[in-house]
Amino acid sequence: MDPARKRKVRLVVALSVAVLLAVGLVYTSFSASTEARQPSELLTANPGDTYDLTGKVVPDSIDHQGEELLFRVQDRDGDQSVPVTYTGTVPDPFRDGREVIVTGSMQDGTFAGQRDTLITKCPSKFTED
Amino acid sequence: MTTLGSATLAASLLVALYAAGAAIYGARTHDRRWVVSSRRAVYALGVLLTVAVLILEHAFLTNDFGFEIVAEHSSTTTPTLYKLTAMWSSQPGGLLLWAWLLSLASSAVLYLTRNRHREIAPWATAVLMGLGAFFIGLLIFGAPPFTKLSPAPMEGSGLNPLLRNPYMVAHPPMLYSGYVFFSIPFAFAIGALITRRLDTSWIRSTRRFALIAWTLLAIGLLLGSRWSYEELNWGGYWGWDAVENAALMPWLVGTAFLHSIMVQERRGMLKVWNVSLIVGTFSLALLGTFLVRSGVIESIHAFGASTVGGPLLVLLGIVLIGSTLLIISRLDDLKPERRLNSGLSRESIFLINNLLLVGLAFVILWGTLFPLLSEAVTGERASVGAAFFEKITTPFGVLLVLFTGIGPLIGWGRTTPGAVGRVLAWPAAIAALAVVALLVGGVERRPLAIVLFAFATFALVALAQEFWRAGSARRAMSGGSFPAALGGAVLRNRRRYGGYTAHIGIAILLIGVAASSSFQHSSDLRLGVGKSGTVGDYKLTYRKLTVDLKNERIAFGAALDVSKDGERVDTLRPARNYYPSSDPSVGPIARYYEGEATSEVGMRSGLGGDLWTAFQPDLSSLDAKIKEGDRKFSDFPPDAQGLVVAGIAASYTDNPPPASFRANTNPLVIWIWLGGLIAVSGALFAVWPTAEGRRRVEAVYAARLGRELTRA
Repeated sequence: MDPARKRKVRLVVALSVAVLLAVGLVYTSFSASTEARQPSELLTANPGDTYDLTGKVVPDSIDHQGEELLFRVQDRDGDQSVPVTYTGTVPDPFRDGREVIVTGSMQDGTFAGQRDTLITKCPSKFTED
Repeated sequence: MTTLGSATLAASLLVALYAAGAAIYGARTHDRRWVVSSRRAVYALGVLLTVAVLILEHAFLTNDFGFEIVAEHSSTTTPTLYKLTAMWSSQPGGLLLWAWLLSLASSAVLYLTRNRHREIAPWATAVLMGLGAFFIGLLIFGAPPFTKLSPAPMEGSGLNPLLRNPYMVAHPPMLYSGYVFFSIPFAFAIGALITRRLDTSWIRSTRRFALIAWTLLAIGLLLGSRWSYEELNWGGYWGWDAVENAALMPWLVGTAFLHSIMVQERRGMLKVWNVSLIVGTFSLALLGTFLVRSGVIESIHAFGASTVGGPLLVLLGIVLIGSTLLIISRLDDLKPERRLNSGLSRESIFLINNLLLVGLAFVILWGTLFPLLSEAVTGERASVGAAFFEKITTPFGVLLVLFTGIGPLIGWGRTTPGAVGRVLAWPAAIAALAVVALLVGGVERRPLAIVLFAFATFALVALAQEFWRAGSARRAMSGGSFPAALGGAVLRNRRRYGGYTAHIGIAILLIGVAASSSFQHSSDLRLGVGKSGTVGDYKLTYRKLTVDLKNERIAFGAALDVSKDGERVDTLRPARNYYPSSDPSVGPIARYYEGEATSEVGMRSGLGGDLWTAFQPDLSSLDAKIKEGDRKFSDFPPDAQGLVVAGIAASYTDNPPPASFRANTNPLVIWIWLGGLIAVSGALFAVWPTAEGRRRVEAVYAARLGRELTRA
């Protein structure tokens, strides 16, 4: 094979591999992703589907029951809220009024958080809390 | 003093703009006087920004709460070390640090290259000072650090307790300086593109800066992960958070850059690739700063919407579009001097390693920006979690560790399969033995981890073999003992053996990652006093609850007796600290429990693995007492309230309710940081200036001078 042809073959092979990998990446990421929802948007959620619930912890709603942590999360700019049950590590900055993200699904009107998925935003010192 | 600070910043902006303008004018008119003047303006900028930093540090040290930034990030009770470093926990302070470090690094590189690069340096100066002016402009118009607070409050709100940790003192400046140092090779690359001087001289002059940047970023990443492991109660060191990823990506692309520039230096190839890599590295550094500061991606670090996000995005756009156009317009000057003529050559191994590193950075970028992508495509904001990142990055890690071993074994140009077989024989044989030993030894069957162990063993043996070959070759030539010969050989080629040491460190680091993530045991225990639980081979007994009051915090701790095979081996004391809240709406007693809380991890650490424990007391039984205290003692003086707080805390120890514990066994986890330390030492060894290196540089000058003289 002459060198120019060889290079062309190589290029085509490399490009096809790259395209295959890219398709794989797109497919894996879309199938592994979870949608973010605020409490008010959970009303239209399919029961059983997994979502990332984002919002603020409703003040005075945090309660422990044995292993379980119970609290309510409300919209960032609104007062629609949803009860949440959660087990696993609770991040240090978890407090009333903090913004949290927790992954889980709706079960009988309660958002059941998956173990160890609770994330609390660092309290911002740059802007008003 | 705030006025003086603001004036210094205003002067800095003018000086930076002048330096950029004078450099461009000097470059276009070939008038050296303007170029020299612009270089001196860069030094002046370094002095001015140093003054600005000193003014701010002085305010922190003297508790001058007339500075808004001091009042918000420090207090009279903040320890001196944290007063000194509180500056960069704020946005203006962080940006000032950026600008200051940039001015110092620019001064250093321009001083070192003052007699070289007459063509490139002025343009590089213009790029660096353009960046400097941008950041100073951001400081003045977007996030002023010298805002006056009048009247000055009596007390500041103090530093966020999570940041009161030695790792957090050093972590941000390390990352910032890493980002800043990468701007030096970037600026010289742009200068080289503009002037079409695209030989390796821009690389040679700034290589050291790239290596320093790489080292600083690595240190920053290591410190951040160690902080997470020791200070946060989730037990991990890397969470694939957007901001963590933002610091990792430029490091990965920077690693690719450090390798591929060797190909250009040796073989005159990959020129387009190299300028693209440095543009990519620097853009990712800017993207990192943008992600941290703008809050576009949900992240535990994202500091809410801020005023500087927009301008940073504009700068990123200018850098990316401008550099791309510049590279396209110079494609003719970037033709390779040679072609890749063999798959079995170091340059092709480097190419594969580059593709792996850049591919890895790309998938991380993809995952990090995925919420934005998915919102654009489907209209729904969706994100990918740690599981996605772990799944998709593992194959890259496994292959990369293999190449840390193969790369050094294969020669430049062309290597025959026979020669390759000879150098690969021992490493491959020992790696195979290691796999057999692991399987016979009864290690759990985790195929990917076992493959990684095999590849890492291969790499470590291959690198050891390189050191051995270097030592024995030199011994054959110059005699003496083997250690002396090895030392001599290594010292003669610091760059090579520093690099190999870095490879050893990375292979060890990845062994630590694979072992601690694949073979971890984790238990969440809820224990009353006197009760026991197990994790891995350990039995943990919650012996008692302790309380420790300091003026700033209440610490509830647990004494956890650890036993293994029925024998007591240790007592761990994980604790949780409660810092008072500064929220005025909280009652005077409740505020001691409602503020920030941090964890002190209880750890039994060893070379074979760690037993890691975190503790979370259930304070809900105190609620009634706290409410009562707030009702009864709200009008009492602070001292008396302090006694009440202490009394409530002490009462808790009498009969504490069950508490939550998380206990993990993390095999070999400490090797992540030991490996990191080895890698960083290797890089420092490579970058350290030597007398011989200076002589060599001087010889090059002398030769060039001779050539120019004979030509004239």
